[in-house]
Amino acid sequence: MSAPALDAVVERRATTHRLPIPLSRLIDVESRKLVDTRSSRWLLAAVPLLTLIVVTGVTLWGREDEVTFGMHTTTNMMPLELLLPLVAVLSVAGEWSQRAALTTFALVPRRGRVMVAKAAALLVVTLAATVTVVVLSAIGTAVATRVRGIEAVWDLPLDLALRLAVANVVVVAFGFGVGVAIRSTAPAMVAYLGFMFVVPMLSSVVAGLWTWWAENGPWFDLSWSTSFVTAPEISGDQWAQLATSALLWIVLPTVLAVRRLLRVEIR
Amino acid sequence: MIRIDSLTKRYGDLAAVDDVSFTAFPGRVTGFLGPNGAGKSTTLRVLTGLATPTTGRATVLGRRYPDLPNPGLEVGVLLDASAQHGGRTGRETLVLAQRTMGLPPIRVDEMLDLVGLTWAEGKRRVRDYSLGMRQRLGLATALMGDPRVLVLDEPANGLDPAGIRWMRDLLRGFADDGGTVLLSSHLLSEIEMIADDIVMIGHGQIVASGATHELLGGVGTLVRADDDARLTAALVSAGFQATPRGDGAVATDAGLAAAGEVAFCAGLPVTELRTADGHGLEDMFLELTAADQREDISSRRTTLAEGVAA
Ligand SMILES: Nc1ncnc2c1ncn2[C@@H]1O[C@H](COP(=O)(O)OP(=O)(O)OP(=O)(O)O)[C@@H](O)[C@H]1O
Ligand SMILES: [Mg+2]
Repeated sequence: MSAPALDAVVERRATTHRLPIPLSRLIDVESRKLVDTRSSRWLLAAVPLLTLIVVTGVTLWGREDEVTFGMHTTTNMMPLELLLPLVAVLSVAGEWSQRAALTTFALVPRRGRVMVAKAAALLVVTLAATVTVVVLSAIGTAVATRVRGIEAVWDLPLDLALRLAVANVVVVAFGFGVGVAIRSTAPAMVAYLGFMFVVPMLSSVVAGLWTWWAENGPWFDLSWSTSFVTAPEISGDQWAQLATSALLWIVLPTVLAVRRLLRVEIR
Repeated sequence: MIRIDSLTKRYGDLAAVDDVSFTAFPGRVTGFLGPNGAGKSTTLRVLTGLATPTTGRATVLGRRYPDLPNPGLEVGVLLDASAQHGGRTGRETLVLAQRTMGLPPIRVDEMLDLVGLTWAEGKRRVRDYSLGMRQRLGLATALMGDPRVLVLDEPANGLDPAGIRWMRDLLRGFADDGGTVLLSSHLLSEIEMIADDIVMIGHGQIVASGATHELLGGVGTLVRADDDARLTAALVSAGFQATPRGDGAVATDAGLAAAGEVAFCAGLPVTELRTADGHGLEDMFLELTAADQREDISSRRTTLAEGVAA
């Protein structure tokens, strides 16, 4: 240790100010945490990389009616829908798996604010990624018309674009909820992936056997109701189904899990 | 200043911390000493708002820790050096703390410099750090906000002798500057060298507290008689403080002559009478540590110097 460095510690004492930590600063810190480890960086980088691969594939080899801007964009959202929720899971569960929560909550004892900042950072990343995919899809559509000599169809209505964003926010919110509820990276990831793949499968099996579920399932099955959101048309009933299933799978569990998280002992 | 006030923390049936009260004063290093599982870390977790007490309260600078607007600027906390994200670089770990506290970026390099981590080490991942390097990194985080209070859980763990020496000097300087230091350890020798005050805890209860030189300095007298309970009672009723040590001997603040006289008047033949050798604390600590000595600790609570609490 050098003497000047110690002096710096001593001198700064006079300038200490005691304003509460603004939420904007916490959002800045939590955004930074999304990209400052190797695993989170890779996961986030995988979204544009995979999107690029899908865009290229659809552009070059997709059926002609798939190479419209609207279809393109919808298809290209798939990597994002799969991976961004994992970023959300990591963002919360990583604090516990790596025990970094000990420092995080010692610096910010108001745990609710940290969680709000995490959610806000994830929202920003999700919207930015959605815009990126739309831009990549536009480029893909333009390239496809050049390379394949087909006519460009610019058929992405604003409402579908917005609904794609909503669908992405919904899956990321679900990933966030899983992270808050399970708070351990590996089990939370398994739970999320299980939900993504197993629940729709079970749901369709049940729907085949039980007509009531075939008619009313979307009120409860989030992955089912989310699929309406990205369809070309959506009815008011289907919005209501998205709302009830999101309440059941996202809002309720997240609220309960956050309440527990605010009280749980950090070790 | 840190004040722990009748703090109890239960996990089910187990009282990990049982009605603990003590104060850590500014300008002094307070050593929180106790064997493994005594309740040190639990107390410090409650103090820093990471756990909620069952009953009682803990305050730093007169406020509950969670009520501090920007705690990093007032209290430097290092509870577990290994609890840092392994995927981040050491430098990035500090950058997150610097941004959270709203400090200028230069603090990061100042802190790396202060704790003796090189620029190249700062760029390595925490996962690849040795325990001592993590300890230094944790100290850098704790000191960054230029706090007036330090709360450190076993900070010497993993440090090499030069590192321990460095830390001792650092904490000494911090306290001499008017800062409050509370650090825990399970090593008496370590605490002895660094602490002005000692709070000793065993099985969740305070068993001794006071100024280090008083606890270790051989104040008082040691009297031994066949019936230590009656001897203790006799000394107490004569107005002295007396503590049976469990081996038949009684530690008291009475002088040699007075202690002998009390025993004589009580009709107790004295088998040993001498100035306490100052190892009472160490004996007590070893007793606490020994696994087979798990009887009721409160029966041998010492009232040696209550200086810290007074
Ligand atoms: N979350 C918990 N749930 C149940 N018991 C706990 C919990 N945390 C601590 N304990 C128990 O409380 C007691 C005190 O533990 P604590 O970690 O405070 O000890 P310590 O003094 O820090 O010991 P060490 O020197 O080993 O670090 C132990 O018996 C421990 O098993
Ligand atoms: Mg401990």
